[in-house]
Amino acid sequence: MAYKERMGDGRLVEMSKEEMIRDIEAGCNDAAERGKISALSEDAQERLLDIMISPERVASVEPENTVVFSTDNGCHSLYGNFSEAGGVGLPIHSVTANMLMERALGFDSVFYGWLDFCFKAAKAVITQHQQELESILMNTVSPCIYGAMPNLGGYYKPDGPFENVGDLMAEGKILEGMEVYERLVDHAKEDIVWVSEQLTRVGVDCINIDTTGAAGDGDFLSSLKACEELKKQTGLSIEMGMASEFVMGIHGGLEYDGNVLAGMYPHKQVKMAEKAGVDIFGPVVNTNTRQSTPWNIARAITFTKECSRVANIPLHPNMGMGVGGLPMAEMPPLDAVTKASKAMVELAGVDGI
Amino acid sequence: MGMAVAHGMASGMNGMRTAGDLVMRMEMKGMKIKEAKEYVAGKLGVGVPELSDEYRMKEVREELDIGTVMAVPGAAKGLRAKARIADILGIEIPCVEKLR
Repeated sequence: MAYKERMGDGRLVEMSKEEMIRDIEAGCNDAAERGKISALSEDAQERLLDIMISPERVASVEPENTVVFSTDNGCHSLYGNFSEAGGVGLPIHSVTANMLMERALGFDSVFYGWLDFCFKAAKAVITQHQQELESILMNTVSPCIYGAMPNLGGYYKPDGPFENVGDLMAEGKILEGMEVYERLVDHAKEDIVWVSEQLTRVGVDCINIDTTGAAGDGDFLSSLKACEELKKQTGLSIEMGMASEFVMGIHGGLEYDGNVLAGMYPHKQVKMAEKAGVDIFGPVVNTNTRQSTPWNIARAITFTKECSRVANIPLHPNMGMGVGGLPMAEMPPLDAVTKASKAMVELAGVDGI
Repeated sequence: MGMAVAHGMASGMNGMRTAGDLVMRMEMKGMKIKEAKEYVAGKLGVGVPELSDEYRMKEVREELDIGTVMAVPGAAKGLRAKARIADILGIEIPCVEKLR
């Protein structure tokens, strides 16, 4: 018998039960080998198979097992453009968009952020942000998250004051590149702290330092240092979402709390986040478009389950397009999203998404 | 947009339709889902399973006047609802503190 399944790019394919069993095992083993962690048990793999072979279009958890959602996009989905926000381009204001999210769509949190989505860019429009946040906070009931990313890449010339570290290294100026990158870490940290402090003045509930590590180990380090300082100074709730499953070693030797950040997988990243004072951690597991959805979901759950096992803070794994076992497609199909969602909650034991 | 709704259908508490916004507030304080649900249920005086029940939570939310998704005239909305949530959950909500 053939079952309809998805590839990692969203294409519909037919797979036999034996092929799915093989892919689930291979996905688990890939995560276990890379992360040096345990693969899913045979029972868990069988439960995942049951979820994957279900013919219904929508899978769901039992009511008692429901979780809550935070977001790094939120209202942008309604009034943003498709490229940066996966948005549907409605001509509405951020306040209206958030009221729609809360009342019509049942979101657990509301959201605001600059469409350029980095702390450096937000500095130039901070007063506008404060004003819009005040209006959102006056009109909504759910907790409000402000999101932006450290985006160290935005500090390179011509957009910023620093020489491009990648270019320097490509020219063989390795030590010079490392030195520039080290200075950049504190520069980005100061921007995260300054923007967040301005937003606490109007009463924002939580800062989501998002897509952390996108520009490498320094990107992650600047976020951890910023979080540490913000917790001491403001006590603000902080969520940290990662950019990918693996911290790239652009520098390679940067440390936090005596640990080298480069090469860390989610179960080690979360311990750094806890140390810095993060309240909610968002691990990422990347999707391989050439593999099937059973392979990708099994792999994502293996990494996330280990992260959940060691975490003392809530986990909200990223499960948008191309991460968390979801296909890399602009409109991830309903069957793939809901199967991944159910599997992540039931098998990885996460606290939210 | 549809992707977030799909997650909501599959595994979400669905915000103010139930007690999702309240549980979310407690997770923002570092509580894991089990602890957060137990805390909120205790403060609302309901059982944990009731937190995900739209029918029951509509009654509870209207009774406590902490905001619902329905446009009920005269019912607490926005900051007024959040001020009541802060009192009931025994937490500080930053924008409510600004008001006070």
